[in-house]
Amino acid sequence: MLSNFMINTWTVASLVAITAGLVGFFTVIRGASFAAHTIPLSTFPGAAAAVLLGVNQVLGLIVAASLSVIGINALSRRGQPDVATAMTLVMMLGLGTLCLSQISQYSQQVYALLFGQVFGISQASITPIAVIDIFAAGALLMLFRPLLLSSLSTDLLQARYLTATRLNLAFLIILALASAVALPVVGALLVFSLMVGPASAARNITSRPVLAMGLTVLISLFTVWTAIVLSYVTNWPVGFFVGGFGAIAYSAGRGALRIRRWKPSPIS
Amino acid sequence: MLTVDSLSVGFPGNQVLQDVNFHLPQGSFCGLIGTNGSGKTTLLRTILGLVTPDKGKIETGVGGIGYVPQKIQLDPFMPLRARDVVALGIDGHHLGVPLPSPSRRRAVDSMLAEVGATEFANRRVGDLSGGQQQRIMIAHALVRGPRLLLLDEPLANLDIRSVAEVIALLHKLVVEQKITVLLSAHDMNPLLPVMNQIVYLAHGRSVSGAVEEVVRSSVLSSLYGYHIDVIQVHGRVLVVAAVGAEARTTEMAHEPVHVTSIP
Ligand SMILES: Nc1ncnc2c1ncn2[C@@H]1O[C@H](COP(=O)(O)OP(=O)(O)O)[C@@H](O)[C@H]1O
Ligand SMILES: [Mg+2]
Repeated sequence: MLSNFMINTWTVASLVAITAGLVGFFTVIRGASFAAHTIPLSTFPGAAAAVLLGVNQVLGLIVAASLSVIGINALSRRGQPDVATAMTLVMMLGLGTLCLSQISQYSQQVYALLFGQVFGISQASITPIAVIDIFAAGALLMLFRPLLLSSLSTDLLQARYLTATRLNLAFLIILALASAVALPVVGALLVFSLMVGPASAARNITSRPVLAMGLTVLISLFTVWTAIVLSYVTNWPVGFFVGGFGAIAYSAGRGALRIRRWKPSPIS
Repeated sequence: MLTVDSLSVGFPGNQVLQDVNFHLPQGSFCGLIGTNGSGKTTLLRTILGLVTPDKGKIETGVGGIGYVPQKIQLDPFMPLRARDVVALGIDGHHLGVPLPSPSRRRAVDSMLAEVGATEFANRRVGDLSGGQQQRIMIAHALVRGPRLLLLDEPLANLDIRSVAEVIALLHKLVVEQKITVLLSAHDMNPLLPVMNQIVYLAHGRSVSGAVEEVVRSSVLSSLYGYHIDVIQVHGRVLVVAAVGAEARTTEMAHEPVHVTSIP
């Protein structure tokens, strides 16, 4: 499990886990779960198209991710971001279906994209994934305070250059980048659970923002590492274990919160 | 200090404010009164520079503006303690993750003490009561020491006791620190004991001045465009549509019937 090839796998998986954790923390705080659900799913057709055209998968993923951000953003201008997100999802899924129907002979690759195939990450994809993950994580850490502030009210952002619209667009782009590179590792169907599970758990365990963010990353790393080991042993998809751990982490967090909020009722 | 000079603000197909004028000297406690949709939030956001006016000038003096917005989204699970919200008032627009800083901590602690929030400083904001959350938002707005504080309906959805507490806190700040407060509300009643200025918005226009000057039949009638009576009963003031205004009843349904008392 620790051969040269596996070292690369561990490195990429860890970077994906860190970035997905950070993105997830802000996704949960901003109540942007629907966008976090939509973007990975609408990024998937990009990878399918890349398989079809024989170009680098990461490139296909980034193009599709950009298209979905542009879609959500442009449609949101008319109000109702949820409707805009849903419209984008439907359009991209339509595109994905079309691509899938053309590449039935590559079903193994399609399966890997949907459910994750960390051991199948090509050597050529490792550098772009690493660069994008590091960039996305760095950008989120830079925007830590403005993102927290605007989650209270967007009117609190009084700096002229950092308007609510720009901050929201920046967040969507980071979300799209992180989704695109997480997709080959954990799969389109479960990127969402890697983002939302650890963050929901962490925010229930502590009320300190920096600590909650750090804890999110730790839970995310633990989830991905354990999922890789279990997937290696059982030959089941990584995504299955990531999804399972997401659910367990979330329930544990709710339990922790309930215990902390529980006060013995006074005996009358 | 705040001067608003012939201010007009509109959105496409909707002229919200028309030629609004008023002046608040430093240390004023001013109520911005109007029904839902009368443009209170728009006026405050224009003063903050979040909305560009079609016409007019705004002067806010030196020292920055503190702001307590109308809709604060406090998710009960948000990992944010009361003290974190106040700290965001100091450097929330800065980039990067905050590093521990003793001077920031001292500033936050003294601000928390100022608004009487030391006791719940380390609690999750989502777990606090409405009145406690408003105290924290006021501390957030004031922690950088602005000379002008704008609050958008801070008393909405508070119980009577919390309303009295928040007003007492603001009154103390005005008296002790000579901060200028402009506070929007749809009911002027709870503010009457403390406010010395009033800006009344209706149909895009405004009247302003000392409370006794504005809350008068002739002034309110000309603002609303039909007759309004201001009646005194046992030292309380009643603002009602006069008999004969039936023709305007549909419109009146949206207008307030204020029960107020002028001390
Ligand atoms: N960003 C906006 N775009 C378009 N119309 C707006 C916007 N903000 C407010 N309005 C309109 O301006 C009017 C005044 O709204 P508002 O200032 O929120 O009133 P209030 O705070 O007194 O309830 C309303 O008719 C509202 O629909
Ligand atoms: Mg309003």
